[in-house]
Amino acid sequence: MRLALPMTIGLAVVLAAAACGGGAAPPPPAPQPNQDSIEAARREQATRDSIAREQARRDSAARAQAEADRIRRQRESDSLQALAREGDAVKAMIARAVHFDFDKSNIRPGEDTEILDEKLRVLQANPGLTLEITGHADERGSDEYNLALGNRRALSAKQYLTGRGIDAGRLTTKSMGEEQPVDPAQTEDAWAKNRRDEFTAGGSATLRRP
Amino acid sequence: MRVFGWLVLAAALPLGAARAQDTVPPADRGVRIGITYTPGLRPGMLVLGGAHDALLDSIRTIVERDLDYSDRFELITLPGGDSLTIGIATDPSRSGARTPAAPPAASGPYVNYPLYAALGADYAVNVFRGDSGGVGITLYDVKGELVRRQVAISGAAPDPELRIQVHRATDEMVRIASGVAGIAATRLVFLQRDRIYRVDADGAAVTAVSPAGVRVFSPAWEAGGRRIVYTEFGSGQDRLYILNLATGERRLISPTATSQNWTPAFSPDATALAFARTTDDGTDIYTYNLASDCCLQRLTIGRFSDNLSPTFSPDGRRIAFVSNRPGLPQIYVMAADGTGQELFAPFDYGVTGSSNAPEWSPDGLSIAFHREVAGSPQVFVMDVASRRVRQLTSAGRNEDPTWAPDGRHLTFVSDRTGSRQLWVIDLDTGRVRQVTRVGEARLPAWSPRIGQP
Repeated sequence: MRLALPMTIGLAVVLAAAACGGGAAPPPPAPQPNQDSIEAARREQATRDSIAREQARRDSAARAQAEADRIRRQRESDSLQALAREGDAVKAMIARAVHFDFDKSNIRPGEDTEILDEKLRVLQANPGLTLEITGHADERGSDEYNLALGNRRALSAKQYLTGRGIDAGRLTTKSMGEEQPVDPAQTEDAWAKNRRDEFTAGGSATLRRP
Repeated sequence: MRVFGWLVLAAALPLGAARAQDTVPPADRGVRIGITYTPGLRPGMLVLGGAHDALLDSIRTIVERDLDYSDRFELITLPGGDSLTIGIATDPSRSGARTPAAPPAASGPYVNYPLYAALGADYAVNVFRGDSGGVGITLYDVKGELVRRQVAISGAAPDPELRIQVHRATDEMVRIASGVAGIAATRLVFLQRDRIYRVDADGAAVTAVSPAGVRVFSPAWEAGGRRIVYTEFGSGQDRLYILNLATGERRLISPTATSQNWTPAFSPDATALAFARTTDDGTDIYTYNLASDCCLQRLTIGRFSDNLSPTFSPDGRRIAFVSNRPGLPQIYVMAADGTGQELFAPFDYGVTGSSNAPEWSPDGLSIAFHREVAGSPQVFVMDVASRRVRQLTSAGRNEDPTWAPDGRHLTFVSDRTGSRQLWVIDLDTGRVRQVTRVGEARLPAWSPRIGQP
């Protein structure tokens, strides 16, 4: 179409010149803009404008869409981060160890029962959550007996939680005896740190705060 | 060791006698001269020297150490160390003195019995190389002036085989001279970091035996000395494996693929294992029939106590074990079917410390274990018949005793020199010696006598 328009204008000029032939040749008329060609050009411009507007409209819509997507993604990300932050907080609650007196496996009232009560609330808020409880002993005492002692300590924490309504199937226990100290020093402080139950979460992918 | 020379002895006598006045009742004066035990009853043993020969010298060193570590002889040392050696110039194998009746001096080498007797020797041992190049060990009876025993050594054997051959030969000399075989041809397995190693009873030839990179625990021997059983730590399960030491072949004890399974022990006839296993409410002792590969049987029902570390009596009819049913762990005993469980080693409630790691002696007469005394474990032995206990150690931490096949020596773990190492105590003389000098050693188990392969 774009190529055809100038050709139409050129043909119209030739026809007009032929119509004025005969007699003394009048001076050629000043070229008059052909109404048809003007109209065609105007339509052409309008078409172009319309295309540009459409393009602009489309561009704008795409930009809006992209912006909306970006915002949506940002929101999702923010909320995932929030969830993750919450999950981390819950994991920290789960990971808090309870400690024991020398050669003892009873849960001491106070800090240790508070720590277990917190785990109890986490377990109640997250029905899919399972816990592995690992009992440890300090290096004193018999190497082999310490395996049984670590097991007894893990069982103590399990019994505390099952006694408060947690299904036993959600809690597994094991003992590492004295084989994995957190502090290898041979001091009362180190020994106190090493006499512990450790807790590892399993099951639930996302964790809710109690 | 008896120091050569009457002059030395004579010089020591007045001093010893003077010291003895403070401690020995008058009736004993002049008899027990400041010596707790009675080494004078032990026969004198002289290891003869010889011309330099790398192989003979190394065998002689092993023989002398084995005889010394048997604790059954007074080894006679010559003044001035090796500047003076007493040897036999002529090859004794030509003497035709292979039978005790033949007087060896008559036909071949000159065996200077009067000299050895004068040095205080009741027996003399000679390491020799025969005409054909073969190596042997001869035991001379000095008083009887005859050859009591001769054992050939295959000198071409590679080192570990040569060592065990020499140990066996020496054990035979000890048997002839003292009536009870020696314990040189035995090995100990122990834990170094998380791996099981073995070592000859004289402390030589430390070799890893459990797979690398696998955390293991509590090795124990089978009666024949060919296999051990131990715990392999897993994630959540601790399994029992039997390892053939010669082939390296491992066998999983199938029911131990669940729960945590610890402190295994072979029954004396090797048809069963006893071990501790975690349950829903504690740790209990189970047996498993190896012969029919079946039948996990629970022997203790702990409820609120833990039961572990079983050890069979040598007749296989009883099992001693650890139970904390009195509050602290103490030594209990039961029939091998789990009936008749009762306290074994007496203790004073609230006074006696924890008692652990029992091991029944090969003669069935004693139980060795360790017990906390003032915050440190010490090695104790209980007489099974009278149930009287006596404390054997007091310096540092001393734990996890294990019997030699002679029922007279115990290996235990001691930190008396700083790090935990294996030590041996002779119950008859009280003599203590260090076995290992490794990074750290624990949980030892002493093998039976290692037989011919």
